[in-house]
Amino acid sequence: MRPRIETGHRRLERIALDPLARTTTSYYLFVLFLVAVVAWGFYAYVTQIRWGLVTTGMRDQVFWGIYMVNFVFFIGISHAGTLISAILRVTQASWRTPITRMAEMITVVAISIGALMPIIDMGRPERVWHMIAFGRFQSPLLWDIISITSYLTGSLVYLYLPAIPDLALMRDRLGRDASAIKRKIYTWLAVGWRNTPEQRHRLEKAIGIMAVTIIPIAVSVHTVVSYVFSMTLRPGWNSTVFGVYFVIGAIFSGIASLLIVMALFRKFYHLEEFITARHFRNLGYLMLVALLVYFYLTVGEYLTTGYKLEIEDKHLLELLLVGESAGWFWFFVVAGLVIPAVLIIVRRGPVIPRMLIAAVLVNAAMWVKRFLILVPSLQVPLMPFEFGAYRPTWVEWSITAAAFAAFILIFAIFAKVMPLISVWEVAEEMESAEHATLEAVERPSGTLEEAEGMGGSAAQRRLEETQS
Amino acid sequence: MPDKQDGKKLGRRQFLKWSAGAGLAAVLSSPFLPVLNPVKAANVPLPGPSHDTSHSNEGGDPKKVRAWTMVVDLKKCDGCVTIDAPPQCTQACIDGHFAPKGQEWIQIFGVDLPGGGQSFLPVPCYQCENAPCVNVCPVAATYHNEDGVVLIDHKRCIGCRMCMAACPYHRRFFNWAAPEVPPEAALAHYSPLYPVPAVKGTVIKCMFCAHFLRDGKLPYCVAGCPMKALYMGDRNEDIASNGVEVVQLSKFLDENDAFRWKEGLGTQPRVWYLPGHGQNFNRHASDPRPLKRPVWNWGGDGYNYQIEPLTWKRRPNETKD
Ligand code: SF4
Ligand code: SF4
Ligand code: SF4
Repeated sequence: MRPRIETGHRRLERIALDPLARTTTSYYLFVLFLVAVVAWGFYAYVTQIRWGLVTTGMRDQVFWGIYMVNFVFFIGISHAGTLISAILRVTQASWRTPITRMAEMITVVAISIGALMPIIDMGRPERVWHMIAFGRFQSPLLWDIISITSYLTGSLVYLYLPAIPDLALMRDRLGRDASAIKRKIYTWLAVGWRNTPEQRHRLEKAIGIMAVTIIPIAVSVHTVVSYVFSMTLRPGWNSTVFGVYFVIGAIFSGIASLLIVMALFRKFYHLEEFITARHFRNLGYLMLVALLVYFYLTVGEYLTTGYKLEIEDKHLLELLLVGESAGWFWFFVVAGLVIPAVLIIVRRGPVIPRMLIAAVLVNAAMWVKRFLILVPSLQVPLMPFEFGAYRPTWVEWSITAAAFAAFILIFAIFAKVMPLISVWEVAEEMESAEHATLEAVERPSGTLEEAEGMGGSAAQRRLEETQS
Repeated sequence: MPDKQDGKKLGRRQFLKWSAGAGLAAVLSSPFLPVLNPVKAANVPLPGPSHDTSHSNEGGDPKKVRAWTMVVDLKKCDGCVTIDAPPQCTQACIDGHFAPKGQEWIQIFGVDLPGGGQSFLPVPCYQCENAPCVNVCPVAATYHNEDGVVLIDHKRCIGCRMCMAACPYHRRFFNWAAPEVPPEAALAHYSPLYPVPAVKGTVIKCMFCAHFLRDGKLPYCVAGCPMKALYMGDRNEDIASNGVEVVQLSKFLDENDAFRWKEGLGTQPRVWYLPGHGQNFNRHASDPRPLKRPVWNWGGDGYNYQIEPLTWKRRPNETKD
């Protein structure tokens, strides 16, 4: 029994670890391109530091711009990880196993990038330590700092814990030509994992605790991000539903991001066998649920303000529905809600491209939606004067591009140091599937090929079984 | 009867539960708990009118707690259109503080009247007693001083602009770049009471000329108003003055039907308006003459420019005035 499982593992290991061992030229070129974009963004930031925020399109009336939009966006997609790996783990949806690692990676990278955005937006970034030295608990910004740092810490732990057995695996699989330093790092990271039942038990327990802990933290993060806006007396922001609205929006765009990442890595890292159409379909349905709730909240938000039509709300709604921002607003409605819903509900054509298109549209539309939440509210005059105007400058666009490039870059590097699918967890799944098969088919240990094939098909069967 | 008692019991238990929750909520949403605020000065009591005033706006007892209050008599404010000049309060404030170009710490808005006419509304920072801007500042860079004035410590401000989001009157300005100020501004002694010269990357606004008040001097805008429409006073002493007359503040407000802008927000501004449209200087509500823009004698672009990539050359902004 033992060797057969090992060989089943071997195929999984080969596929999962292959990208770590082999690096193609196109990968290097891609990384080079990303580095160039990040470097240009850095140059833009130097310009901003040298001259001040005058280099942005923000001014006294519209004093927040796409930096804050990016902030909300990235913190939003960071909810991918929590949803998939924590919520689905707690609810014991077993199909999530092969995609948890990617989801957690999205979380960690997205929070890190997102958390940089308000610092880039600051007029005196060199004084960021004032937030700790003089921090006041009354300020929503301090709530942000507290919850975002706990979320980042929690997510790092949560990324790391389930990775320990895989890190140990890599420690053991390092070739003879691996450098001493590499060996040392993996050994250190694997914290002496020997896969004893005792260790396994402890690890499972720790992961379970983290999964439960991370959910309230994640919810609190996007809630307090929304409080930055809803604690003010501004049209569109002065709303009690903002916490929920932002959390749902975050989960919505989080799932979309995960779908994109899955589709890309599935293709380029040849993970077709482990990330199947079923994952896309299930995630698609989850996204549909988030979409519907988000749609419901959006309607509620605009209907309640539009029905009462306080004067500032009236200005805002005019801007959004028929005015200057109407094009973007209706883009959000059509591309972010209607088309993705149709793509998920109408089951025509291959599922993966369908989900990929839906996910890309959702992410684009959700970025636009965050812009629409932020900027038009600031354009509305609070005193008897003109509407404000805002057009992002090259500095802002460059830094935004750099943020997205950095996101992909860190991800690409991550994918080189850690397997993208949780090898031991998938193996565990296969193992239990194997058990079932072995009990059914009494067969002596066969050749290596046979066993290997069986491991794969067992996994497949297991997947189908849980699917129904 | 037993029913009632049961109800009462349940009620009390529920109340206890509720208040435990409320306690937690209060800790989490502590703008309501001024005790947690390390820098907020001893709470300024809002006294009723006291009539034993010494009729003096002079410094007097340095330990005395003030409650500085401004009154704007709109019957006298004609937006300076009858003298064909930019609003002189704004102008005096700019000149006195070397305010960066484009910033009108006291700004005159045209307010539409129901019949199609217009009145003018001078708006400084209202120094709100329940100031939203103070509540949200993450580093206590903006705070109430002991006399109720909302000040900004520009050495502490991190430029997050959270306070700008919170101010419902749009009374806060940001220094988007190193400010262009005349050379004499460099000689000024910076203090939160007299934030000159302005500091790049921080928020700035009217601070009631707090550096003058304790010395019994009137703010630049009050002294500069040729119509004597602005009054500065102390609610604790119950007096106010526009430089030529001294009034009993409480009576003055009552008898002239004083109101505050957007009273419903609960921010409790320390600036009161007496309704009018400049009629004391023969300005009719239908007078079409528009406000004139104040001038910045030392020139410059204000913050109305962009920086080009690579060359780092300045380019004027197309979008804004
Ligand atoms: S008017 Fe605005 S800036 Fe002035 S105290 Fe009130 S909220 Fe703060
Ligand atoms: S911009 Fe400055 S004064 Fe305003 S909230 Fe931020 S730190 Fe406080
Ligand atoms: S009180 Fe002083 S700072 Fe405020 S508007 Fe008047 S002159 Fe300017």
